[in-house]
Amino acid sequence: MQDNYQSSSYKELEQKSKYTNMFLRWFLYFVLILFASYFIFPLYVMVVTSLKTMEEIRQGTLLTWPSSINFDSWLVAWGGRGYGAGDTFLRPYFWNSIKMVVPAVFFSTFIGAMTGYVLTKWRFKGDQWVFLFLLFGCFIPFQAILLPMARTLGTLGISNSVVGLVLVHTVYGIPFTTLFFRNYYISVPTELVKAARIDGAGFFKIFFKILLPISAPIIVVTVIWQFTQIWNDFLFGSTFSFGEAAPIQVALNNMVLSSTSVKEYNVDMASAIIAGIPTLIVYVLAGKYFIRGLTSGAVKG
Amino acid sequence: MFKWLEKNLPKIVMAPAVGLIGWFVYGFVLWTLYISFTNSKILPKYELWGFGQYEKLWASRKWLISVDNLLVFTALFLIFCIVIGIILAIFLDQKIRAEGVLRTIYLYPMALSFIVTGTAWKWILNPTLGIQKMFIDWGFENFTFDWLVNREMAIYTIVIAGVWQSAGFVMALFLAGLRSVEDEIVKAAKIDGAGLFTVYWKILLPMMRPVFFTSFVILVHISIKSYDLIVALTQGGPGISTTMPALFMTQAAFHKSQVGLSAASAMMMFMAVAAVIIPYLYSELRRENAR
Repeated sequence: MQDNYQSSSYKELEQKSKYTNMFLRWFLYFVLILFASYFIFPLYVMVVTSLKTMEEIRQGTLLTWPSSINFDSWLVAWGGRGYGAGDTFLRPYFWNSIKMVVPAVFFSTFIGAMTGYVLTKWRFKGDQWVFLFLLFGCFIPFQAILLPMARTLGTLGISNSVVGLVLVHTVYGIPFTTLFFRNYYISVPTELVKAARIDGAGFFKIFFKILLPISAPIIVVTVIWQFTQIWNDFLFGSTFSFGEAAPIQVALNNMVLSSTSVKEYNVDMASAIIAGIPTLIVYVLAGKYFIRGLTSGAVKG
Repeated sequence: MFKWLEKNLPKIVMAPAVGLIGWFVYGFVLWTLYISFTNSKILPKYELWGFGQYEKLWASRKWLISVDNLLVFTALFLIFCIVIGIILAIFLDQKIRAEGVLRTIYLYPMALSFIVTGTAWKWILNPTLGIQKMFIDWGFENFTFDWLVNREMAIYTIVIAGVWQSAGFVMALFLAGLRSVEDEIVKAAKIDGAGLFTVYWKILLPMMRPVFFTSFVILVHISIKSYDLIVALTQGGPGISTTMPALFMTQAAFHKSQVGLSAASAMMMFMAVAAVIIPYLYSELRRENAR
Protein backbone atom coordinates (compact mmCIF):
# COMPACT_ATOMS: atom_id res chain seq x y z
CA MET A 1 0.00 0.00 0.00
CA GLN A 2 2.63 2.38 1.12
CA ASP A 3 4.77 1.43 -1.84
CA ASN A 4 1.92 1.82 -4.20
CA TYR A 5 1.13 5.29 -2.98
CA GLN A 6 4.71 6.40 -3.29
CA SER A 7 5.14 5.13 -6.80
CA SER A 8 1.97 6.80 -8.00
CA SER A 9 3.05 10.13 -6.54
CA TYR A 10 6.39 9.75 -8.26
CA LYS A 11 4.57 9.07 -11.51
CA GLU A 12 2.44 12.13 -10.98
CA LEU A 13 5.51 14.21 -10.50
CA GLU A 14 7.09 12.80 -13.60
CA GLN A 15 3.88 13.45 -15.50
CA LYS A 16 3.85 17.02 -14.28
CA SER A 17 7.41 17.72 -15.33
CA LYS A 18 6.57 16.15 -18.66
CA TYR A 19 3.79 18.69 -19.09
CA THR A 20 6.05 21.59 -18.14
CA ASN A 21 8.62 20.27 -20.53
CA MET A 22 6.08 20.01 -23.28
CA PHE A 23 4.87 23.50 -22.56
CA LEU A 24 8.47 24.75 -22.68
CA ARG A 25 9.04 22.99 -25.98
CA TRP A 26 5.96 24.60 -27.49
CA PHE A 27 7.04 27.99 -26.17
CA LEU A 28 10.49 27.45 -27.67
CA TYR A 29 9.11 26.64 -31.09
CA PHE A 30 6.63 29.49 -30.85
CA VAL A 31 9.37 32.06 -30.23
CA LEU A 32 11.65 30.60 -32.89
CA ILE A 33 8.89 30.64 -35.49
CA LEU A 34 7.83 34.14 -34.48
CA PHE A 35 11.32 35.43 -35.17
CA ALA A 36 11.55 33.37 -38.34
CA SER A 37 8.47 35.19 -39.62
CA TYR A 38 10.02 38.56 -38.77
CA PHE A 39 13.06 37.60 -40.82
CA ILE A 40 11.15 36.05 -43.72
CA PHE A 41 8.47 38.77 -43.89
CA PRO A 42 10.40 41.31 -46.04
CA LEU A 43 11.48 38.65 -48.52
CA TYR A 44 7.91 37.41 -48.81
CA VAL A 45 6.63 40.95 -49.29
CA MET A 46 9.27 41.66 -51.93
CA VAL A 47 8.46 38.57 -53.97
CA VAL A 48 4.69 38.96 -53.70
CA THR A 49 4.76 42.66 -54.52
CA SER A 50 6.97 42.10 -57.55
CA LEU A 51 4.42 39.66 -58.97
CA LYS A 52 1.40 41.95 -58.61
CA THR A 53 0.11 44.69 -60.89
CA MET A 54 -0.02 48.24 -59.49
CA GLU A 55 -3.80 47.97 -59.46
CA GLU A 56 -3.62 44.91 -57.24
CA ILE A 57 -1.06 46.58 -54.97
CA ARG A 58 -3.42 49.48 -54.32
CA GLN A 59 -6.36 47.20 -53.58
CA GLY A 60 -4.74 44.49 -51.47
CA THR A 61 -2.35 44.56 -48.51
CA LEU A 62 1.31 43.67 -48.20
CA LEU A 63 0.46 40.06 -47.53
CA THR A 64 -2.17 39.41 -50.19
CA TRP A 65 -1.21 36.69 -52.60
CA PRO A 66 -1.19 37.88 -56.24
CA SER A 67 -4.23 36.83 -58.25
CA SER A 68 -2.00 35.67 -61.08
CA ILE A 69 1.73 35.15 -61.30
CA ASN A 70 2.93 37.97 -63.48
CA PHE A 71 6.59 38.54 -64.28
CA ASP A 72 6.05 41.79 -66.20
CA SER A 73 7.69 43.98 -63.59
CA TRP A 74 10.73 41.69 -63.59
CA LEU A 75 11.05 42.17 -67.34
CA VAL A 76 10.70 45.93 -66.95
CA ALA A 77 13.27 46.00 -64.12
CA TRP A 78 15.73 43.96 -66.13
CA GLY A 79 15.25 45.28 -69.66
CA GLY A 80 13.21 48.47 -69.47
CA ARG A 81 10.13 49.47 -71.41
CA GLY A 82 11.87 50.03 -74.69
CA TYR A 83 11.59 53.81 -74.95
CA GLY A 84 14.65 56.00 -75.08
CA ALA A 85 15.63 58.64 -72.56
CA GLY A 86 14.75 58.18 -68.92
CA ASP A 87 14.19 54.47 -69.29
CA THR A 88 16.47 53.03 -66.62
CA PHE A 89 16.77 49.31 -66.15
CA LEU A 90 19.26 47.02 -64.49
CA ARG A 91 20.74 44.88 -67.26
CA PRO A 92 23.78 47.07 -68.16
CA TYR A 93 24.57 47.73 -64.50
CA PHE A 94 24.30 44.06 -63.65
CA TRP A 95 27.05 43.42 -66.21
CA ASN A 96 29.07 46.34 -64.82
CA SER A 97 28.98 44.62 -61.45
CA ILE A 98 30.06 41.29 -62.96
CA LYS A 99 32.94 42.99 -64.79
CA MET A 100 33.94 44.65 -61.53
CA VAL A 101 33.53 41.66 -59.22
CA VAL A 102 35.39 38.99 -61.19
CA PRO A 103 38.80 40.70 -61.55
CA ALA A 104 38.61 42.38 -58.12
CA VAL A 105 37.91 39.06 -56.39
CA PHE A 106 40.65 37.32 -58.36
CA PHE A 107 43.37 39.90 -57.70
CA SER A 108 42.60 40.43 -54.04
CA THR A 109 42.42 36.69 -53.37
CA PHE A 110 45.68 36.04 -55.18
CA ILE A 111 47.57 38.82 -53.39
CA GLY A 112 46.09 37.73 -50.05
CA ALA A 113 47.15 34.11 -50.61
CA MET A 114 50.70 35.11 -51.45
CA THR A 115 51.00 37.50 -48.53
CA GLY A 116 49.50 35.00 -46.11
CA TYR A 117 51.95 32.39 -47.37
CA VAL A 118 54.97 34.62 -46.78
CA LEU A 119 53.75 35.73 -43.37
CA THR A 120 53.41 32.17 -42.10
CA LYS A 121 55.94 30.05 -43.98
CA TRP A 122 58.78 32.47 -44.71
CA ARG A 123 58.81 34.19 -41.40
CA PHE A 124 61.24 37.02 -40.83
CA LYS A 125 61.99 39.45 -38.06
CA GLY A 126 59.06 41.78 -37.53
CA ASP A 127 56.59 39.75 -39.59
CA GLN A 128 54.02 40.16 -36.83
CA TRP A 129 54.24 43.90 -37.20
CA VAL A 130 53.71 43.60 -40.94
CA PHE A 131 50.61 41.53 -40.26
CA LEU A 132 49.30 44.08 -37.79
CA PHE A 133 50.07 46.83 -40.30
CA LEU A 134 47.93 45.06 -42.91
CA LEU A 135 45.23 44.00 -40.44
CA PHE A 136 44.50 47.55 -39.42
CA GLY A 137 43.28 48.12 -42.97
CA CYS A 138 40.23 45.96 -42.14
CA PHE A 139 38.97 48.51 -39.67
CA ILE A 140 39.40 51.97 -41.11
CA PRO A 141 36.19 53.80 -41.85
CA PHE A 142 36.36 54.35 -45.58
CA GLN A 143 35.28 57.95 -45.18
CA ALA A 144 38.88 58.66 -44.17
CA ILE A 145 40.16 57.65 -47.62
CA LEU A 146 37.35 58.78 -49.93
CA LEU A 147 38.72 62.24 -50.74
CA PRO A 148 42.28 61.22 -51.67
CA MET A 149 40.95 58.15 -53.51
CA ALA A 150 38.70 60.31 -55.67
CA ARG A 151 41.66 62.51 -56.56
CA THR A 152 43.93 59.54 -57.24
CA LEU A 153 41.40 57.92 -59.56
CA GLY A 154 41.11 61.25 -61.37
CA THR A 155 44.88 61.55 -61.75
CA LEU A 156 45.11 58.01 -63.08
CA GLY A 157 42.30 58.77 -65.52
CA ILE A 158 40.12 55.92 -64.27
CA SER A 159 37.51 57.79 -62.28
CA ASN A 160 33.96 56.80 -63.17
CA SER A 161 35.06 53.52 -64.71
CA VAL A 162 34.82 49.85 -63.91
CA VAL A 163 38.64 49.69 -63.92
CA GLY A 164 38.78 52.28 -61.16
CA LEU A 165 36.35 50.30 -59.02
CA VAL A 166 38.36 47.11 -59.59
CA LEU A 167 41.43 48.90 -58.23
CA VAL A 168 39.56 50.25 -55.19
CA HIS A 169 38.00 46.90 -54.30
CA THR A 170 41.25 45.00 -54.84
CA VAL A 171 43.20 47.31 -52.56
CA TYR A 172 40.68 47.44 -49.72
CA GLY A 173 40.09 43.70 -49.95
CA ILE A 174 43.74 42.83 -49.33
CA PRO A 175 43.62 43.17 -45.51
CA PHE A 176 40.74 40.67 -45.35
CA THR A 177 42.13 38.16 -47.84
CA THR A 178 45.50 38.29 -46.10
CA LEU A 179 43.81 37.73 -42.74
CA PHE A 180 41.93 34.69 -44.08
CA PHE A 181 44.95 33.02 -45.68
CA ARG A 182 47.32 33.86 -42.87
CA ASN A 183 45.01 32.30 -40.27
CA TYR A 184 44.58 29.23 -42.45
CA TYR A 185 48.22 28.68 -43.33
CA ILE A 186 49.39 29.16 -39.78
CA SER A 187 47.82 25.82 -38.89
CA VAL A 188 49.65 24.01 -41.72
CA PRO A 189 52.71 22.31 -40.17
CA THR A 190 55.87 24.22 -41.05
CA GLU A 191 57.79 20.89 -41.10
CA LEU A 192 56.22 20.15 -44.48
CA VAL A 193 57.70 23.34 -45.90
CA LYS A 194 61.08 22.77 -44.22
CA ALA A 195 61.34 19.26 -45.64
CA ALA A 196 60.50 20.53 -49.11
CA ARG A 197 63.15 23.22 -48.78
CA ILE A 198 65.77 20.66 -47.87
CA ASP A 199 64.75 18.72 -50.96
CA GLY A 200 65.56 21.85 -52.93
CA ALA A 201 62.05 23.09 -53.70
CA GLY A 202 61.89 26.83 -54.26
CA PHE A 203 59.47 29.50 -53.06
CA PHE A 204 56.85 29.08 -55.78
CA LYS A 205 57.18 25.34 -56.07
CA ILE A 206 56.40 24.95 -52.37
CA PHE A 207 53.37 27.18 -52.73
CA PHE A 208 51.92 25.47 -55.79
CA LYS A 209 52.83 21.88 -54.84
CA ILE A 210 52.22 21.87 -51.10
CA LEU A 211 49.99 24.74 -49.99
CA LEU A 212 47.73 25.37 -52.95
CA PRO A 213 46.40 21.78 -53.16
CA ILE A 214 45.14 21.98 -49.56
CA SER A 215 43.82 25.54 -49.85
CA ALA A 216 40.43 24.80 -51.43
CA PRO A 217 38.34 25.53 -48.29
CA ILE A 218 39.96 28.87 -47.55
CA ILE A 219 39.84 29.90 -51.20
CA VAL A 220 36.09 29.23 -51.19
CA VAL A 221 35.65 31.24 -47.98
CA THR A 222 37.71 34.13 -49.33
CA VAL A 223 36.06 34.21 -52.75
CA ILE A 224 32.57 34.15 -51.22
CA TRP A 225 33.46 36.86 -48.73
CA GLN A 226 35.01 39.12 -51.35
CA PHE A 227 32.22 38.47 -53.83
CA THR A 228 29.53 39.37 -51.29
CA GLN A 229 31.35 42.48 -50.08
CA ILE A 230 32.08 43.83 -53.55
CA TRP A 231 28.71 42.94 -55.04
CA ASN A 232 26.92 44.63 -52.14
CA ASP A 233 29.15 47.70 -51.97
CA PHE A 234 27.42 51.03 -52.33
CA LEU A 235 29.79 53.59 -50.80
CA PHE A 236 32.61 53.17 -53.34
CA GLY A 237 30.25 52.60 -56.23
CA SER A 238 28.22 55.72 -55.55
CA THR A 239 31.26 57.90 -54.79
CA PHE A 240 33.52 56.91 -57.66
CA SER A 241 31.06 56.20 -60.45
CA PHE A 242 27.83 57.54 -61.85
CA GLY A 243 25.86 57.19 -65.04
CA GLU A 244 26.81 54.31 -67.26
CA ALA A 245 29.73 52.96 -65.24
CA ALA A 246 27.71 52.48 -62.05
CA PRO A 247 27.47 49.05 -60.42
CA ILE A 248 24.11 47.46 -59.73
CA GLN A 249 23.53 48.68 -56.15
CA VAL A 250 23.96 52.27 -57.28
CA ALA A 251 21.62 51.71 -60.20
CA LEU A 252 19.03 50.09 -57.93
CA ASN A 253 19.14 53.04 -55.58
CA ASN A 254 18.80 55.50 -58.46
CA MET A 255 15.86 53.58 -59.89
CA VAL A 256 14.03 53.48 -56.58
CA LEU A 257 14.70 57.13 -55.78
CA SER A 258 13.88 58.53 -59.22
CA SER A 259 10.76 60.62 -58.90
CA THR A 260 10.16 61.22 -62.58
CA SER A 261 7.03 59.14 -62.99
CA VAL A 262 4.38 57.40 -60.93
CA LYS A 263 5.97 55.08 -58.38
CA GLU A 264 5.87 51.49 -59.47
CA TYR A 265 6.51 49.49 -56.34
CA ASN A 266 6.29 46.19 -58.17
CA VAL A 267 9.19 47.20 -60.44
CA ASP A 268 11.13 48.48 -57.42
CA MET A 269 10.75 45.17 -55.64
CA ALA A 270 11.66 43.17 -58.75
CA SER A 271 14.79 45.33 -59.11
CA ALA A 272 15.73 44.77 -55.47
CA ILE A 273 15.36 41.01 -55.90
CA ILE A 274 17.48 41.04 -59.07
CA ALA A 275 20.20 43.01 -57.24
CA GLY A 276 20.08 40.59 -54.32
CA ILE A 277 19.77 37.27 -56.11
CA PRO A 278 23.47 36.54 -56.86
CA THR A 279 24.55 36.83 -53.24
CA LEU A 280 21.44 34.99 -52.03
CA ILE A 281 22.21 32.08 -54.34
CA VAL A 282 25.78 31.94 -53.06
CA TYR A 283 24.47 31.99 -49.50
CA VAL A 284 22.00 29.18 -50.08
CA LEU A 285 24.47 27.02 -51.99
CA ALA A 286 27.50 27.58 -49.78
CA GLY A 287 26.09 28.76 -46.47
CA LYS A 288 28.70 26.94 -44.44
CA TYR A 289 31.57 28.79 -46.08
CA PHE A 290 29.66 32.03 -46.02
CA ILE A 291 29.25 31.80 -42.25
CA ARG A 292 32.84 30.81 -41.73
CA GLY A 293 33.99 33.89 -43.61
CA LEU A 294 31.53 36.02 -41.69
CA THR A 295 32.77 34.92 -38.30
CA SER A 296 36.46 35.26 -39.12
CA GLY A 297 36.35 38.38 -41.27
CA ALA A 298 33.45 39.93 -39.52
CA VAL A 299 35.29 43.06 -38.62
CA LYS A 300 34.24 44.80 -41.81
CA GLY A 301 30.52 44.46 -41.22
CA MET B 1 72.14 39.09 -58.36
CA PHE B 2 70.29 35.81 -58.73
CA LYS B 3 71.22 34.84 -55.20
CA TRP B 4 69.94 38.12 -53.85
CA LEU B 5 66.68 37.65 -55.72
CA GLU B 6 66.26 34.18 -54.35
CA LYS B 7 67.00 35.27 -50.82
CA ASN B 8 64.59 38.17 -50.92
CA LEU B 9 61.86 36.56 -53.00
CA PRO B 10 59.41 36.27 -50.08
CA LYS B 11 59.73 39.97 -49.32
CA ILE B 12 59.38 40.88 -52.98
CA VAL B 13 56.18 38.83 -53.20
CA MET B 14 54.83 40.56 -50.13
CA ALA B 15 55.78 44.02 -51.35
CA PRO B 16 52.62 44.73 -53.40
CA ALA B 17 50.34 44.18 -50.41
CA VAL B 18 52.47 46.26 -48.06
CA GLY B 19 52.99 48.98 -50.66
CA LEU B 20 49.32 49.21 -51.61
CA ILE B 21 48.10 49.28 -48.02
CA GLY B 22 50.84 51.71 -47.02
CA TRP B 23 49.86 54.11 -49.75
CA PHE B 24 46.09 53.66 -49.99
CA VAL B 25 45.37 53.26 -46.29
CA TYR B 26 48.05 54.96 -44.22
CA GLY B 27 49.06 57.55 -46.80
CA PHE B 28 45.47 58.46 -47.53
CA VAL B 29 44.47 58.72 -43.88
CA LEU B 30 47.44 61.03 -43.26
CA TRP B 31 46.45 63.13 -46.27
CA THR B 32 42.90 63.42 -44.95
CA LEU B 33 44.27 64.34 -41.52
CA TYR B 34 46.42 67.07 -43.06
CA ILE B 35 43.55 68.45 -45.13
CA SER B 36 41.39 68.60 -42.01
CA PHE B 37 43.80 71.25 -40.71
CA THR B 38 43.49 73.42 -43.83
CA ASN B 39 40.84 75.78 -45.07
CA SER B 40 40.02 73.68 -48.15
CA LYS B 41 36.73 74.36 -49.91
CA ILE B 42 36.13 73.01 -53.44
CA LEU B 43 39.74 71.98 -53.94
CA PRO B 44 42.31 70.98 -51.33
CA LYS B 45 44.60 73.77 -50.21
CA TYR B 46 47.82 73.02 -48.44
CA GLU B 47 48.39 76.01 -46.13
CA LEU B 48 47.73 75.00 -42.55
CA TRP B 49 44.78 76.67 -40.87
CA GLY B 50 44.75 75.06 -37.43
CA PHE B 51 41.70 73.59 -35.79
CA GLY B 52 39.22 75.80 -37.62
CA GLN B 53 37.43 72.95 -39.36
CA TYR B 54 36.96 71.07 -36.11
CA GLU B 55 35.53 74.18 -34.47
CA LYS B 56 33.19 74.64 -37.41
CA LEU B 57 32.24 70.98 -37.24
CA TRP B 58 31.26 70.97 -33.58
CA ALA B 59 29.39 74.24 -34.03
CA SER B 60 27.36 72.79 -36.88
CA ARG B 61 23.81 71.86 -35.96
CA LYS B 62 23.74 69.18 -38.63
CA TRP B 63 26.86 67.50 -37.25
CA LEU B 64 25.48 67.56 -33.72
CA ILE B 65 22.26 65.96 -34.96
CA SER B 66 24.36 63.37 -36.79
CA VAL B 67 26.28 62.47 -33.66
CA ASP B 68 23.09 62.39 -31.62
CA ASN B 69 21.45 60.05 -34.14
CA LEU B 70 24.52 57.87 -34.19
CA LEU B 71 24.41 57.48 -30.40
CA VAL B 72 20.69 56.64 -30.38
CA PHE B 73 21.05 54.24 -33.29
CA THR B 74 24.15 52.52 -31.88
CA ALA B 75 22.59 51.99 -28.46
CA LEU B 76 19.35 50.49 -29.80
CA PHE B 77 21.05 48.56 -32.57
CA LEU B 78 23.45 46.99 -30.05
CA ILE B 79 20.80 46.11 -27.49
CA PHE B 80 18.32 44.58 -29.93
CA CYS B 81 20.90 42.70 -31.99
CA ILE B 82 22.56 41.19 -28.93
CA VAL B 83 19.35 40.33 -27.07
CA ILE B 84 17.67 38.78 -30.13
CA GLY B 85 20.92 37.07 -31.12
CA ILE B 86 21.35 35.49 -27.69
CA ILE B 87 17.72 34.38 -27.41
CA LEU B 88 17.82 32.76 -30.83
CA ALA B 89 21.18 31.11 -30.15
CA ILE B 90 20.08 29.64 -26.80
CA PHE B 91 16.75 28.45 -28.15
CA LEU B 92 18.36 26.91 -31.22
CA ASP B 93 20.80 25.13 -28.93
CA GLN B 94 17.98 22.96 -27.43
CA LYS B 95 18.15 20.19 -30.05
CA ILE B 96 15.55 21.84 -32.19
CA ARG B 97 14.01 20.14 -35.18
CA ALA B 98 14.75 21.88 -38.50
CA GLU B 99 17.56 23.87 -36.88
CA GLY B 100 19.33 24.20 -40.22
CA VAL B 101 16.31 25.75 -41.91
CA LEU B 102 15.75 28.21 -39.06
CA ARG B 103 19.41 29.20 -39.02
CA THR B 104 19.32 29.82 -42.75
CA ILE B 105 16.27 32.05 -42.33
CA TYR B 106 17.80 34.07 -39.48
CA LEU B 107 21.03 34.70 -41.32
CA TYR B 108 20.05 35.28 -44.94
CA PRO B 109 19.64 39.08 -44.55
CA MET B 110 23.43 39.21 -44.06
CA ALA B 111 23.82 38.16 -47.70
CA LEU B 112 21.79 41.12 -48.96
CA SER B 113 23.15 44.60 -49.49
CA PHE B 114 21.92 47.45 -47.30
CA ILE B 115 20.47 49.01 -50.43
CA VAL B 116 18.27 45.97 -51.05
CA THR B 117 17.32 45.87 -47.36
CA GLY B 118 16.55 49.57 -47.36
CA THR B 119 14.44 49.32 -50.52
CA ALA B 120 12.40 46.46 -49.07
CA TRP B 121 11.80 48.12 -45.71
CA LYS B 122 11.00 51.45 -47.32
CA TRP B 123 8.16 49.74 -49.12
CA ILE B 124 6.98 47.87 -46.02
CA LEU B 125 7.01 51.05 -43.94
CA ASN B 126 5.37 53.09 -46.70
CA PRO B 127 2.75 55.13 -44.82
CA THR B 128 -0.01 54.81 -47.39
CA LEU B 129 0.38 51.34 -48.87
CA GLY B 130 2.54 49.46 -46.35
CA ILE B 131 1.96 48.07 -42.86
CA GLN B 132 -0.43 50.88 -42.00
CA LYS B 133 -2.79 49.89 -44.83
CA MET B 134 -2.50 46.25 -43.86
CA PHE B 135 -3.79 46.92 -40.35
CA ILE B 136 -6.50 49.29 -41.54
CA ASP B 137 -7.75 46.68 -44.01
CA TRP B 138 -7.76 44.15 -41.18
CA GLY B 139 -10.22 46.37 -39.35
CA PHE B 140 -8.01 48.54 -37.13
CA GLU B 141 -9.38 51.69 -38.68
CA ASN B 142 -7.45 54.20 -36.61
CA PHE B 143 -4.13 52.44 -36.94
CA THR B 144 -1.33 54.79 -37.95
CA PHE B 145 2.28 53.89 -38.60
CA ASP B 146 4.05 56.79 -40.22
CA TRP B 147 7.51 56.51 -38.66
CA LEU B 148 9.22 56.78 -42.02
CA VAL B 149 7.93 60.32 -42.59
CA ASN B 150 7.84 61.36 -38.94
CA ARG B 151 10.80 63.47 -37.83
CA GLU B 152 10.73 62.10 -34.31
CA MET B 153 10.39 58.45 -35.24
CA ALA B 154 12.24 58.05 -38.55
CA ILE B 155 15.51 57.11 -36.85
CA TYR B 156 13.78 54.04 -35.37
CA THR B 157 12.91 52.73 -38.83
CA ILE B 158 16.65 52.54 -39.46
CA VAL B 159 17.01 50.58 -36.24
CA ILE B 160 14.27 48.14 -37.35
CA ALA B 161 15.92 47.48 -40.70
CA GLY B 162 19.44 47.40 -39.24
CA VAL B 163 18.49 44.89 -36.55
CA TRP B 164 16.73 42.78 -39.16
CA GLN B 165 19.94 42.68 -41.16
CA SER B 166 22.43 41.97 -38.37
CA ALA B 167 20.72 40.10 -35.51
CA GLY B 168 21.14 36.72 -37.22
CA PHE B 169 24.84 37.33 -37.36
CA VAL B 170 25.06 37.77 -33.58
CA MET B 171 23.03 34.55 -33.30
CA ALA B 172 25.65 32.75 -35.41
CA LEU B 173 28.49 34.06 -33.24
CA PHE B 174 26.81 33.01 -29.99
CA LEU B 175 25.69 29.64 -31.32
CA ALA B 176 29.28 28.89 -32.33
CA GLY B 177 30.40 30.00 -28.86
CA LEU B 178 27.84 27.85 -27.03
CA ARG B 179 28.68 24.82 -29.15
CA SER B 180 32.36 25.11 -28.30
CA VAL B 181 31.68 24.67 -24.55
CA GLU B 182 32.51 21.19 -23.27
CA ASP B 183 29.43 19.08 -22.57
CA GLU B 184 30.92 17.97 -19.25
CA ILE B 185 30.57 21.44 -17.76
CA VAL B 186 26.85 21.51 -18.43
CA LYS B 187 26.41 17.92 -17.26
CA ALA B 188 28.25 18.55 -14.02
CA ALA B 189 26.11 21.59 -13.30
CA LYS B 190 22.92 19.60 -13.97
CA ILE B 191 24.03 16.83 -11.60
CA ASP B 192 24.51 19.52 -8.97
CA GLY B 193 20.84 20.32 -9.47
CA ALA B 194 21.08 23.46 -11.56
CA GLY B 195 18.10 24.13 -13.84
CA LEU B 196 18.47 24.99 -17.47
CA PHE B 197 17.96 28.67 -16.77
CA THR B 198 20.69 28.69 -14.10
CA VAL B 199 23.04 26.80 -16.38
CA TYR B 200 22.75 29.49 -19.02
CA TRP B 201 22.55 32.52 -16.80
CA LYS B 202 25.21 31.57 -14.28
CA ILE B 203 27.59 29.41 -16.28
CA LEU B 204 27.34 29.59 -20.04
CA LEU B 205 26.64 33.29 -20.64
CA PRO B 206 29.50 34.44 -18.40
CA MET B 207 31.73 32.11 -20.40
CA MET B 208 30.66 33.92 -23.55
CA ARG B 209 32.47 37.09 -22.56
CA PRO B 210 34.77 37.06 -25.62
CA VAL B 211 31.75 36.60 -27.89
CA PHE B 212 30.03 39.59 -26.26
CA PHE B 213 33.17 41.58 -26.84
CA THR B 214 33.47 40.57 -30.48
CA SER B 215 29.79 41.27 -31.17
CA PHE B 216 30.07 44.64 -29.48
CA VAL B 217 33.07 45.67 -31.54
CA ILE B 218 31.59 44.49 -34.83
CA LEU B 219 28.19 46.06 -34.23
CA VAL B 220 29.65 49.41 -33.15
CA HIS B 221 31.86 49.29 -36.21
CA ILE B 222 28.86 48.65 -38.47
CA SER B 223 26.87 51.44 -36.90
CA ILE B 224 29.61 54.08 -37.09
CA LYS B 225 29.99 53.30 -40.77
CA SER B 226 26.27 53.10 -41.55
CA TYR B 227 25.66 54.91 -44.76
CA ASP B 228 23.96 52.73 -47.38
CA LEU B 229 20.97 51.87 -45.23
CA ILE B 230 20.21 55.50 -44.49
CA VAL B 231 20.61 56.50 -48.12
CA ALA B 232 18.20 53.78 -49.22
CA LEU B 233 15.67 54.22 -46.42
CA THR B 234 15.42 57.93 -45.60
CA GLN B 235 18.23 59.87 -47.35
CA GLY B 236 18.79 61.44 -43.97
CA GLY B 237 15.25 62.83 -43.90
CA PRO B 238 12.62 63.94 -43.20
CA GLY B 239 14.62 67.17 -43.23
CA ILE B 240 17.91 66.21 -41.62
CA SER B 241 16.32 64.19 -38.81
CA THR B 242 18.07 60.90 -39.65
CA THR B 243 21.40 62.17 -40.89
CA MET B 244 24.51 60.43 -39.56
CA PRO B 245 28.27 61.13 -39.63
CA ALA B 246 28.99 59.01 -42.72
CA LEU B 247 26.24 60.81 -44.62
CA PHE B 248 27.44 64.19 -43.34
CA MET B 249 30.95 63.41 -44.58
CA THR B 250 30.04 62.44 -48.14
CA GLN B 251 27.60 65.31 -48.52
CA ALA B 252 30.16 67.87 -47.33
CA ALA B 253 32.84 66.38 -49.58
CA PHE B 254 30.98 65.77 -52.80
CA HIS B 255 27.89 67.98 -52.80
CA LYS B 256 28.73 71.04 -50.76
CA SER B 257 32.38 71.70 -51.63
CA GLN B 258 33.46 71.69 -47.99
CA VAL B 259 36.50 69.48 -48.43
CA GLY B 260 38.22 70.63 -45.23
CA LEU B 261 35.10 70.20 -43.13
CA SER B 262 34.41 66.76 -44.55
CA ALA B 263 38.01 65.73 -43.82
CA ALA B 264 37.52 66.84 -40.22
CA SER B 265 34.33 64.81 -39.93
CA ALA B 266 36.07 61.78 -41.47
CA MET B 267 38.84 62.07 -38.89
CA MET B 268 36.28 62.17 -36.08
CA MET B 269 34.82 58.92 -37.41
CA PHE B 270 38.29 57.48 -37.70
CA MET B 271 39.03 58.29 -34.08
CA ALA B 272 35.72 56.83 -32.90
CA VAL B 273 36.49 53.56 -34.70
CA ALA B 274 40.07 53.54 -33.40
CA ALA B 275 38.84 53.98 -29.83
CA VAL B 276 36.88 50.74 -30.16
CA ILE B 277 39.23 48.76 -32.38
CA ILE B 278 42.63 49.33 -30.79
CA PRO B 279 41.71 47.78 -27.41
CA TYR B 280 40.06 44.94 -29.33
CA LEU B 281 43.11 44.24 -31.52
CA TYR B 282 45.33 44.48 -28.47
CA SER B 283 43.35 41.91 -26.52
CA GLU B 284 43.01 39.62 -29.55
CA LEU B 285 46.74 39.64 -30.15
CA ARG B 286 47.43 39.00 -26.49
CA ARG B 287 45.07 36.04 -26.59
CA GLU B 288 46.81 34.69 -29.66
CA ASN B 289 50.24 35.06 -28.13
CA ALA B 290 49.07 33.39 -24.94
CA ARG B 291 47.98 30.34 -26.89
